[in-house]
Amino acid sequence: MADEPERAQPVKFRGGGFVSKPRRFVAPLVFAVLIAIWEWGARAGWISPLVLPAPSEAFEAFKDLVESGQLLRHLSASLQRLIVGFTAGTTLGLTVGTFIGLFSIARSGLAPLVAAIFPIPKIALLPLFIIWFGIGEGSKVATILFGSFFPTVIATYSGIDNVDRGLIRMGQSFNLTYRDIVRKIVLPAALPAILSGMRISASISIILLVAAEMIGAEYGIGAYVLLAGNLMATDQLIAGVAMLSILGLTVNWLINLAERRFLKWRA
Amino acid sequence: MDLKVQGLSHRYDDLEVLRGIDLTIRQGEIVSVIGPSGCGKSTLLRLIGGLERPTEGEVLQVGEPPADSLNPLTYVFQDFALLPWRTVKGNVSLVLESKGLAQAETDARIADVLARTRLTDFADAIPKQLSGGMKQRVAIARALSVNPAVLLMDEPLSALDSQTRELLMDDLIQLWAREPFTSCYVTHNLNEAVRLGHKVVVLSRRPGVIREIVTIDTPVPKRSISDPALAEIQQSLWEMMREEAMTADMELADG
Ligand SMILES: Nc1ncnc2c1ncn2[C@@H]1O[C@H](COP(=O)(O)OP(=O)(O)OP(=O)(O)O)[C@@H](O)[C@H]1O
Ligand SMILES: [Mg+2]
Repeated sequence: MADEPERAQPVKFRGGGFVSKPRRFVAPLVFAVLIAIWEWGARAGWISPLVLPAPSEAFEAFKDLVESGQLLRHLSASLQRLIVGFTAGTTLGLTVGTFIGLFSIARSGLAPLVAAIFPIPKIALLPLFIIWFGIGEGSKVATILFGSFFPTVIATYSGIDNVDRGLIRMGQSFNLTYRDIVRKIVLPAALPAILSGMRISASISIILLVAAEMIGAEYGIGAYVLLAGNLMATDQLIAGVAMLSILGLTVNWLINLAERRFLKWRA
Repeated sequence: MDLKVQGLSHRYDDLEVLRGIDLTIRQGEIVSVIGPSGCGKSTLLRLIGGLERPTEGEVLQVGEPPADSLNPLTYVFQDFALLPWRTVKGNVSLVLESKGLAQAETDARIADVLARTRLTDFADAIPKQLSGGMKQRVAIARALSVNPAVLLMDEPLSALDSQTRELLMDDLIQLWAREPFTSCYVTHNLNEAVRLGHKVVVLSRRPGVIREIVTIDTPVPKRSISDPALAEIQQSLWEMMREEAMTADMELADG
């Protein structure tokens, strides 16, 4: 037995898989194929143009929108509401969330209130806001502000709750001032939570923007989509919806950019 | 500046952690504290540095800390406690900012401590790029930058693998030889305690009382891993701790 060579065979590989690798060309291909089928179906006649117009027609509608100068009007109205409402809501949310995170009194007083108001779909408050702030910009901005305020508050204070106490203790042990501990340790450590809260509040803001514009606005992407629907102008409707998709993607991209810029340090 | 611990006792609600600790840490002296796990070593260190209030007794600073000491009682933590979003340099500068130093002075201090801990080449790295040993060197550099009168170290090497620990140990000994610092060094590693300590304080299991204080006369820089005299001290310390450690190990944490 000793000198008889043992039969040797390579160990069978059974690892691998379960890892998603980026394949760059796939996504554009899927898009292109889908749009091509859609275009072809519409032209061949088995998709009724009343139900779903060809992509090329939606694109024509979009071109009209650009050429007539209406695009700028709708887009700037929407963006203005979104930016004002979101910025104000986020700023206020950060402030209130920081107070709740840092001070027990603020927490005991405000956290239950926030918890009670957070689950209300803010669009239900729009009628109330219209009474308070008028049918114009005020009520729309207020809806978006409210919508982005609450998720930001919650993300901020739970981010602060989860800051490593060891780091805070380190700051105290070096005699850092309270202000410095908050500014240089607590807030940066809560930033990942704050940014993921922002991702949520941004998408809520877009939903609220469109909803508010559909209820009563002359200009804005929501108003444009609603009008197109009422006129059965499905080509314009598709163009409007595509713009919303692009708006959402842009916001998402901006937040990714911020994460990559500010959270490089995460392991 | 000396530190004098007098009649220190501490309890967390019903849990008596420390009882009647008397201890003096003299200037330029390293005092190692060993004891079974859960006996209150970390608590003792937090009390000494003023991060917690003792239930009874007090900790006194005898004499004035050096005038250029920005933070007389300075900690080195077991888990390093570095800010992951700051570079090596930024982590050191964190504790110098808003201390009213001129920018040039701050820069000079940072450059000095980074050189002393051999981190100059890594000044702009962030913690996630560093090995465990380097992270602890950053924490040591940060502690040295404020010119501490006393360094309070809580198991600074126990998160590291044994080779890295050996290297850092040499670093600490060299740092001390070049410029003797005062230190209270908590560890559960008898070898570290014996290699670094001028005195080794042995705590009993919880509630921690001082069982014995062993003085080691061999000068710190002259101690070697293979010194038989040290091995003997280490052995006798182990005998002392063995039973305590075994009993402590059987206790429930909240018992
Ligand atoms: N903040 C606290 N509140 C309540 N109990 C605590 C607190 N901190 C520590 N303890 C308890 O006090 C006892 C002593 O803890 P301590 O951390 O000082 O022990 P230690 O000697 O450092 O232990 P180890 O060797 O595990 O580091 C432990 O039983 C621990 O559970
Ligand atoms: Mg401990």
